[in-house]
Amino acid sequence: MSDTFTSRHLGPRPDDIADMLAVVKAPSLEALIGEIIPADIRLAQPLRLDAGETEHGYHQHLRRIAAENRVCRSYIGLGYHDTITPPVIQRNVFENPGWYTPYTPYQAEIAQGRLESLLNFQTMVSDLTGMEVANASLLDEATAAAEAMALMFRLHKSAAAKTMIVSPKIFPHVKDVLMVRARPLGMALRFEDPATAAFGPEVFGVYVQSPDDHGALVDLKPICDRAHAAGAMVSVGSDLLTLTAIVPPGDAGADIVVGNAQRFGVPLGYGGPHAAFFATRESFVRQAPGRIIGVSQDSKGRRAYRMALQTREQHIRREKATSNICTAQALLANISAFYAVYHGPDGLKAIAARVADQTARLAEAAAAEGWEQVNATYFDTLRFEGDAAKVASLRVAAEAQGINFRYPSERVVQVSLNETANEADLADVLRIFAGASQHAKLGEPGQRTGVPAPFRRSSAFLTHPVFNKHHSETEIMRYIRHLEHKDIGLDTAMIPLGSCTMKLNAAAEMMPVTWPEFSRMHPFVPDSQAAGYRRMFMELEETLAVITGFAAVSLQPNSGAQGEFAGLLVIQAYHASRGQGGRRVALIPQSAHGTNPASAAMAGMSVVIVACDDQGNIDVADLQTKAKAHRDDLSCLMVTYPSTHGVFEDRIREMCEIVHAHGGQVYMDGANMNAQVGLTSPANIGADVCHLNLHKTFAIPHGGGGPGMGPIGVAKHLAPFLPGHALVKTGGPAAIQAVSAAPWGSASILLISYGYTRMLGGAGMTEATRIAMLNANYLKARLEAHYPVLYAGKQGRVAHELIFDLRPLKAKTGIDETDVAKRLMDYGFHAPTVSFPVPGTLMVEPTESEPKEELDRFCQAMIAIRAEIQAVADGTADPKDNVLKNAPHTAEDCCATEWTHPYSRENAAFPVPELRHHKYWPPVSRVDNPFGDRNLICACPPIEAYA
Amino acid sequence: MYPTDLKYTKDHEWVRFDGGEAAVGITDFAQRQLGDVVFVELPEVGRQLKQHEVFGTIESVKAVSELFSPVSGEVVAVNGDLGNHPERVNNAAHETWMIKVRPSVASEADALLDSAAYTELTK
Repeated sequence: MSDTFTSRHLGPRPDDIADMLAVVKAPSLEALIGEIIPADIRLAQPLRLDAGETEHGYHQHLRRIAAENRVCRSYIGLGYHDTITPPVIQRNVFENPGWYTPYTPYQAEIAQGRLESLLNFQTMVSDLTGMEVANASLLDEATAAAEAMALMFRLHKSAAAKTMIVSPKIFPHVKDVLMVRARPLGMALRFEDPATAAFGPEVFGVYVQSPDDHGALVDLKPICDRAHAAGAMVSVGSDLLTLTAIVPPGDAGADIVVGNAQRFGVPLGYGGPHAAFFATRESFVRQAPGRIIGVSQDSKGRRAYRMALQTREQHIRREKATSNICTAQALLANISAFYAVYHGPDGLKAIAARVADQTARLAEAAAAEGWEQVNATYFDTLRFEGDAAKVASLRVAAEAQGINFRYPSERVVQVSLNETANEADLADVLRIFAGASQHAKLGEPGQRTGVPAPFRRSSAFLTHPVFNKHHSETEIMRYIRHLEHKDIGLDTAMIPLGSCTMKLNAAAEMMPVTWPEFSRMHPFVPDSQAAGYRRMFMELEETLAVITGFAAVSLQPNSGAQGEFAGLLVIQAYHASRGQGGRRVALIPQSAHGTNPASAAMAGMSVVIVACDDQGNIDVADLQTKAKAHRDDLSCLMVTYPSTHGVFEDRIREMCEIVHAHGGQVYMDGANMNAQVGLTSPANIGADVCHLNLHKTFAIPHGGGGPGMGPIGVAKHLAPFLPGHALVKTGGPAAIQAVSAAPWGSASILLISYGYTRMLGGAGMTEATRIAMLNANYLKARLEAHYPVLYAGKQGRVAHELIFDLRPLKAKTGIDETDVAKRLMDYGFHAPTVSFPVPGTLMVEPTESEPKEELDRFCQAMIAIRAEIQAVADGTADPKDNVLKNAPHTAEDCCATEWTHPYSRENAAFPVPELRHHKYWPPVSRVDNPFGDRNLICACPPIEAYA
Repeated sequence: MYPTDLKYTKDHEWVRFDGGEAAVGITDFAQRQLGDVVFVELPEVGRQLKQHEVFGTIESVKAVSELFSPVSGEVVAVNGDLGNHPERVNNAAHETWMIKVRPSVASEADALLDSAAYTELTK
């Protein structure tokens, strides 16, 4: 038993489990589960999956799969370029749990490190694009383009303007996603050259790409001038390395600039994960999508970073949100930011100059061999046209050499060079173009470029000191460590965030992500080179189908919210296929995640809210009434199960039946799947489609705010509609268009979930579900005498998470949920989820990976904090100047000469003795949120501000 | 007790009738519910509003709320100071007007709440 992965993944030891069952007063684990999950929805059989593997055995297995992938030199482009991840960044960021395990930085005080790095990312993007503000990254270039489209649409004065002019020369996968996102909102796309297209009053914006799909540079200024004269806005898709060399789109008048930051040090990973960027003008920032990091100050006036302008987001604004986006790609944005910090502006220019020179020399040498290169201007991409036979034989020669180019048609070959190509690679490429000719010769390396003078960049970028001082490995290693040290990840302590499932991200699951057989694979290589990936996808799809009880799975959606959007489109396609395209109403319970209504709005649906009763359960009578009222236009119910309140509602089957009886489908939000695996399933409760947050239940780390993955599973009747892709065959026979840039989303991190399912096996995953519920009920049993627990099932049990109600204490003492959250930082903990799903509460989810000892330490902290609140209630502590209101306490404050508080420094910093052995010091005190939103700064402050 | 020279709505706006104009803001109760106000979005001068129509939004760090016009009429002035000083809504809610409207339907004022009725509503 001791060397099974299951025993490594689970926190409580066998002896602990007996003790914990005694505390929760259950005779056995099985009896406890019987009190939690309604009997009628329990699975009759165990999961039909293999037993788990050891870590060593899994790696042996995966080495065989990896060997089925053939890593070639890919010069395909399409927004993805091989890159050199500096080893110091690979080891200290990408492969470091200090960077990949933290959560999205909602709790700013314990997230200053990654907030600073994300601010570096924003500064880098703003500088390179020539825009005023950038966000902290989006999922991929195609969805970033769709967000740009939506922003232009929102900002246009006339709601009747519903047409966007799209340059025909944009990447095909971007085109696909623009189309899928435009249609539900009633927008029309007109594919015309924006330099000559007619701009009528119906046009709200333009989407153009430079360098374009062929690799040519586009003169943006005339396009921007024409569009602006007609009252339309302009979005530009671009490329960061190219932007070091060309006039930034912002200078030409662009309103929004998007693209993929992947080639700044993030491995290809067969399509992801990477950070897309999104930059715009300051005046549009309140309408912009995604996370935005801003500068504020703490309670002592020290500079502090935080997520700004959260009111734009779905968790507050719901169906009126600017987007359904929850997550960014924080880990990947941080890698790209460190890449820029490490190379600095001169290093980046040198890389760009080398790529440009190689490209120009290749163009010359290939022309001498009779190849017609058609791009008059270019940075790293050449487009050659020839007759079909010539191109075909070139392709054969290239693939025999292990070199991939792009073949947009049978008469065209495109070559996109990148920083990994050396002189020998370049000579190999030329040899392929030269064929039998023995005389092909490259010019000497120099300063050639395909960027003509008027396009060349003269403006400075990355002038901020942070990009100009960490250029030795020692310096960047220490800078990375300095930032990491400010944050709490799972390597520091339990992260008890409810609804987030902060479980172990095992090293054995993580390591293969950076194996070159997986990491260096371009997303659009020939299928035969990716046989290992394909096998892994197939097996993971099958496993997820068994777990959900569904017939088919799509691995494409890049986040839970995107899974929702994809699932809703699949439902709409199904209705339309039956001549019922008029079904557009989504029933959504009051208690739903904010993403649900935001996604429904994006899918062009109207949202009807279903009430919840006093116990937090869906009001079945209200559901019945509303389903009946909408029997002619009901599309679906979106339901989270177990509910966002952490309870298995026992009438779930009845609810699904009501919806089906009125012609609707049931979309299950899989956020709480960690309470279902192996014990019940979405299909078993009566749902038709669900998404799975692989970054919750299936062990993908949260990355400090992304990546994530949100595959969807569907019942048989919906399988034909699963999403396809413009360049690669995926999905069903009646596939909806792609929702992500890459066919399998962030393919490389699917390995993590694959490893999780293989190493735990069916029995291990089921045991994980049971232990997750034991841990939650253990916390309930130990803490409910101190804090009231909101909502429980009929037998007094919670599922895998629980809600502590701080409102009665607040009414008595003025101490609120935020004070408790911040005080937990002084005890070395990340705060629980604050005020979701119920304002004035804290939601805690321990997961199965936390050991009993850590749960006890958390209980000790919560009980000690309860006593601190009691002191305020009793009048023995000052109602304003107390350990809670002043939390968290920094080392600087606790060591200051002056100490004016009525409590001791010891009570501030070391309220329980264990902290003397191991203490986390928050780097800043309470961050001033209103100050940050009233004085918005979202780039690195000038150096004077550091004085 | 709320100022007696103001009228109120159930949506927590106040209105002060002065000459031919009605100044509109949100009540002290509303600003306390919202918390620290960070942004107020207001309409352009000249816009025609119907009673109860949304004329803008107000944002705090954690919440966003729509603003409803207590009366019908044309917007004749907008408080530009709120762009740089949204905190004034917190500091002096009843002195901080957001828009001024020239009311077009005199009878609408009769249906608004007086100080006593609004105090009752917010108990």
